[in-house]
Amino acid sequence: MPVPILMPALSPTMEEGTLAKWLVKEGDTVSSGDVIAEIETDKATMEVEAVDEGTIGKILIEEGSEGVKVNETIAVLLEEGESADDIDEASMKGGAASGGGDKAEKKEEEPKEEPKKEEAAAATPSTAPATPSKDAPKHNGRVHASPLAKRMAKNEGIELTALKGSGPHGRIVKRDIEKAMKDGTGKAGAAAPAAAGKAYQPPAAGIDERLYPADSYEAIKNDGMRKTIAKRLSQSFNGEVPHFPLNIDIDLDTLLEARERINAMSPPKGEEGFYKVSVNDFVIKASAMALKKVPAANATYTDDAILRHKHADVGVAVAIDGGLITPIIWKAETKGLLQISAEVRDLAGRARQKKLKPEEYMGGTFAVSNLGMFGIKSFSSIVSQPHGAIMSVGAAEERAVVRNGQIVIANQMTVTLTCDHRVVDGAVGAEYLSVFKKMIEEPTSMLL
Amino acid sequence: MADKSFDLVVIGSGPGGYVAAIRAAQLGMKVAIIERDKLGGVCLNWGCIPTKALLRTSEVYTNMKHAEEFGLKAEKISFDIEAIVKRSRGVAGRMEKGIGFLMKKNKIETIMGTARLTGKKGETPTIVVKSDKGEEKVTAKHVIIATGARARTIPAAGLEPDGKFIWTAREAMVPDMMPKSMLVIGSGAIGIEFASFYNAMGADVTVVEMIDRILPAEDKEISDFAHKSFKKQGMNIITSASVEKLDKGKDKVKATIKGKDGKTQEIEVERVVLAIGITGNTENLGLEDIGVKVDRGHIVVNEWLETGVKGVYAIGDVVGAPWLAHKASHEGVICVEKIAGKNDVHPLDVDMIPGCTYCQPQIASVGLTEAQAKDKGYKVKVGRFPFQGNGKAVALGEPEGLVKTVFDEKTGELLGAHMVGAEVTELIQGFGIAKTLEATEEDLFHTIFPHPTLSEMMHESALDAYGKVIHT
Repeated sequence: MPVPILMPALSPTMEEGTLAKWLVKEGDTVSSGDVIAEIETDKATMEVEAVDEGTIGKILIEEGSEGVKVNETIAVLLEEGESADDIDEASMKGGAASGGGDKAEKKEEEPKEEPKKEEAAAATPSTAPATPSKDAPKHNGRVHASPLAKRMAKNEGIELTALKGSGPHGRIVKRDIEKAMKDGTGKAGAAAPAAAGKAYQPPAAGIDERLYPADSYEAIKNDGMRKTIAKRLSQSFNGEVPHFPLNIDIDLDTLLEARERINAMSPPKGEEGFYKVSVNDFVIKASAMALKKVPAANATYTDDAILRHKHADVGVAVAIDGGLITPIIWKAETKGLLQISAEVRDLAGRARQKKLKPEEYMGGTFAVSNLGMFGIKSFSSIVSQPHGAIMSVGAAEERAVVRNGQIVIANQMTVTLTCDHRVVDGAVGAEYLSVFKKMIEEPTSMLL
Repeated sequence: MADKSFDLVVIGSGPGGYVAAIRAAQLGMKVAIIERDKLGGVCLNWGCIPTKALLRTSEVYTNMKHAEEFGLKAEKISFDIEAIVKRSRGVAGRMEKGIGFLMKKNKIETIMGTARLTGKKGETPTIVVKSDKGEEKVTAKHVIIATGARARTIPAAGLEPDGKFIWTAREAMVPDMMPKSMLVIGSGAIGIEFASFYNAMGADVTVVEMIDRILPAEDKEISDFAHKSFKKQGMNIITSASVEKLDKGKDKVKATIKGKDGKTQEIEVERVVLAIGITGNTENLGLEDIGVKVDRGHIVVNEWLETGVKGVYAIGDVVGAPWLAHKASHEGVICVEKIAGKNDVHPLDVDMIPGCTYCQPQIASVGLTEAQAKDKGYKVKVGRFPFQGNGKAVALGEPEGLVKTVFDEKTGELLGAHMVGAEVTELIQGFGIAKTLEATEEDLFHTIFPHPTLSEMMHESALDAYGKVIHT
């Protein structure tokens, strides 16, 4: 009895995702645990493993299809002795398939010559249901167009979903088709076929051609991550979180010495147990310790209550191709520098390959963003909800500072804490920063 | 008098001006409207409405004369021209009061007087209103000129009203006597309506048209159909000809009519009606002072009715053809909504403006004629349905007429619809809606038309274009 392979939910909140890549093709034999496909969500690419063994009978969702709903059947797995002919409607649907017995009986009555697997595979793709193009979600399934516009679009081979209607309530009317004919928009074949899901329609909507003529730029389609960044940060900055930044300069001389001594204790490079602790590892550790000392800063605002978190789960912002992601060092206050260092390296590496699991980047109570390596002196990040604050770390540098009336050279960095004023008030933020400063300036105090 | 300032001042209260004013008031603007004569403009007072009242009289009169066909007896049928005119004026008067009420209801300030625009070239002007009470100054962020138009006259050729023999539409709608004979110069909508009225009332009517057919704006088939129908009613029609000379005698006018072929003929008539076109009311408005361009009697505007001078717009007859009240109203709405920054405002599409002529039989049309469609390069499908195939038409005793439809073969777009016959002016809106909604022939096929109605002919005409007509 053919087994449907369903779109998996990669996180509790996931509703849909992009089927980024098929790693198997129809006719391939798979066993339990084999990676068969890659699914892309807003922030990560995840692998889908086969749960049963068998042969991939039919791939129902094409590679590159966006907006595939969780639990939608993406492929059908054939068990031993079954062929593509055994795929019936029941097996195409998600959930429990019924009537398997009937099917078997029927099969006995009408013995059919089993086509070779290759042939079956070759015959199936054309019958696979076309995936809905999600290029123009604004149409929400139904395209509003006048009868004449529909007829003209059909005559001219214009994809109505690619057009923006100028009629009442956004209805596509004759003049929109005439404009499309003139501009060459929506023409099937002008871009990659829309069914592939990745076809990018020229931004006829929203971009004033007088500002940016169509050939003056390269349009990079927003992927899930870009959309999430845009949505969440503008929601935070413009919508919900009253932001304010606090600055502090911190001496690093003692910490740099300590770091040198710690790193000197590492086994030589290449040998087991080699480590190299960074300033940022100290910052993560100290930020977590300080959160434990000033629990009011380790908090989330909700309409009903302030949630004071029991652990300091520190997100570390990692720049990756096409955006950024913030994997989390869970209970960072309980972890040593070496563990933090190792975890950051592992998470950042996998983040760059987009291989993080949702539970590795979703949540957290606080975040650290470090742009010091770019020479940035100070900056203030946008609070990533539901965090109560985010720490922006500038470059460590030699500065001329005045001490006891003397100008001396000191290693310093500037740290900015951007707070959600609904939960972290100025004094709380300042207290937190001063505790943090003490820990960085005298790292041994973290042992207390 | 204290100076006043408004968001919008509309000059002229015809169907362009008063509709613009009301729409602006709806959108929250502080609006004033300036009128030198009567609210409602020509349409209400000297055009559309009073002539419809007259034509209703001639229609009823004609029906009375045909009473026997309906099994009725009417003897000694006669009329009282004074009473006919009185009724027509009464209708106009009643409608004018209605406009006054609408202005009040929408809190639009009505200023009676003659407006003149003053100011520096290119800048939003100040409006000076002169009346019996003196002068007052009005300022506004936006000014819409909706001063309308009047009958064109050619004084050099004697083609101007003389207080007795020669009438324009204005005189022809308040006759002091019923002429026994009449010459109508020009066979557009206005000329033909008066020709039809006076012909029906018993006058010997001659129509002279320069072009080779009457109602030159209509589809040729419709023109020809109307021509035959008028001929049958005893009208004398001379096409491809012009009036060379009018010699006034004691009681009659001798007109010299010259054909394109060079031949001349003379006819004697008691009255002459001039219907040789329309010219915009652009004079004495100070247009030159503020830099508004006028070309051949009409204000020059762009697609958004802007004159090029900041804050100055013009709509309706004063900006040119087609000289139709509903075109003026629609332009008023477009202009105001554009000023207000509304979305979904689009320039007027001339092919969407229906035209109606209330002669007997009536003429109504929208969109391209068959010839215009072909000129534009369309491959057309044409449907026709005659009134005699329609039960309701025959029952009404109106079996003469034609519904013609023109479709684009490629897309099924309804390019134009052209009708002649009873009540077609009330039917044409159906095709107007179809065009606005961008219906194709299929949508018209699928529409269920009620039986028995004249509208069934619209359905049949569309079906006929595709060889699917039922009743012929």
